[in-house]
Amino acid sequence: MSILILAEHDGQALKPATRRVVGAASSWTLPADVLVVGSQAVAREAAQLAGIRQVLHLECDAVPVAEELAPLLVELMHEHSVLLAAHSSLARDVLPRAAALLDVAMIGDAVRITGPASYVRPMYAGRLLAKVDSRDAIQVVTVRAPLFTPVGDAPAVPIQTLPALTGSATTRRIAANQQVSERPQLASARVVVSGGRALGEQFDTLLAPLAETLGAALGATRAAVDAGFAANELQVGQTGIVVAPGIYLAVGLSGAAQHLAGMSDSDVIVAINQDPDAPIFKVADYGLVGNLFETVPAVTRAIRQLQERQA
Amino acid sequence: MKILVAIKRVLDANVPVRIRADGLDVEISGARMSINPFDEVALEEAVRLKECGSASEVLAVALGAAVNQDILRHALALGADRAVQVEAPAGLQPLGVAKLLQAVVAREQPDLVLIGKQAVDDDAGQEGQMLAALLGWPQATFVSALQIENQALQAVREVDGGTETLALPLPAVVTADLRLNEPRFIKLPSLMLARKKPIEALSADALGVDLAPRLSVKALSEPPARGAGRLVADAAELVECLQIEGRRLEIKELS
Repeated sequence: MSILILAEHDGQALKPATRRVVGAASSWTLPADVLVVGSQAVAREAAQLAGIRQVLHLECDAVPVAEELAPLLVELMHEHSVLLAAHSSLARDVLPRAAALLDVAMIGDAVRITGPASYVRPMYAGRLLAKVDSRDAIQVVTVRAPLFTPVGDAPAVPIQTLPALTGSATTRRIAANQQVSERPQLASARVVVSGGRALGEQFDTLLAPLAETLGAALGATRAAVDAGFAANELQVGQTGIVVAPGIYLAVGLSGAAQHLAGMSDSDVIVAINQDPDAPIFKVADYGLVGNLFETVPAVTRAIRQLQERQA
Repeated sequence: MKILVAIKRVLDANVPVRIRADGLDVEISGARMSINPFDEVALEEAVRLKECGSASEVLAVALGAAVNQDILRHALALGADRAVQVEAPAGLQPLGVAKLLQAVVAREQPDLVLIGKQAVDDDAGQEGQMLAALLGWPQATFVSALQIENQALQAVREVDGGTETLALPLPAVVTADLRLNEPRFIKLPSLMLARKKPIEALSADALGVDLAPRLSVKALSEPPARGAGRLVADAAELVECLQIEGRRLEIKELS
């Protein structure tokens, strides 16, 4: 049997997470096919992913809604025994639906794959790790992509074109609002600068320059988002995006369990906070206690000076 | 229009999580339990839809042991018209729950099922999608705004990098993000009244649903604690540390 990997893209290019999901697939010693629901260009890019057998390509402008995509996955699983994807909003929407249609369980957000049907996944906002075995003949799995090693490129494998969908869905997507940003994508950034409610109205004026000097993505706590200081799509945590960058700079955020769930796998955590007792200092590798409105600009300035000296 | 809201009883999000002595589950005996916060948001939305005239009846459903009655009382106090307790064995898994809810939907014939997008205990986030699949209904997941007009839904979903808006016909399944609303504070008189309302009982056996577990938990553990870090004196020292870690990061990526 073989693995079917649901690729993710932004319309033009593969998302970096897909390379990591292909990396995760090597935990099984099975051939892996990558499903691209999107443009020719993305299918061609996917064909060069190292270690895969072939690309299955369904040409379409926008990814179909779950109601329509799930039956396609079910159809393709006649030929595969593992359905694998990143733990993204797309996969979290469609994979459970496909799993139920297949009458199998789904393993969500696996952080380790320890056997052909054995996984480790977080529960309780990452406060516990569960070692879970599945008894189903078909495995449906999402993985926490940042924790797996990405694959590089290789000579292109064949692309098999799939017949167009019949358009049976009763659901219509009537608007899509993707935030475009010059900054790296939060989910795959090497460095993330993240802020909490304590930054208030100065969230952007303080953090955007710091993020820019570091070439970092911006993130935020739910409290900062709910208070209107940061945009929705920046939310890191149990209910937002899970990140594991090389460096996570936590600014003015206390470190609630729900937030830690989204960033505690980061390599290095740096915390800046005015409260020396903030729980974030318990998980931080480096901590700086100080007034945010003075400290953050000082850090930004110091980095710029360093960069100018090195230039 | 009738709305069914499925609610789950979970360890209160603010109490410490302790592993049971056998290492296979979480110790909940004696611990404070509450309604899953996402389900409470779903319930609040259903009650608001009724208050604005879009819905005529709100039914709250809980699965599991009889102790679930406390969250059903909470649901009645918040504004649900009826509460149904489906007696079921402990250790239900998402697919089994979806099958039980499918059986309840077949009996109750709701036009809309509202449910939290995830439960804060297992963080699975699969229930609404699995139920929609089994029912063959359309779904809108991670919803942060909801409108109903002419027997159709318009739902704003939170997706990676932004939002999207779906239009879907009823019946449908909607899963609630925390941002959908802020549940009301329940006043004491409502709680007192809710105590007198009946809770209907069903049993999983009578519904004839296959609840065989598909997953088995082999062990629970706490994630390795991060080593104690160090406090730096000022911005300059912090930037030095960042520089060292930045270099280490580059070396790691090259290797």
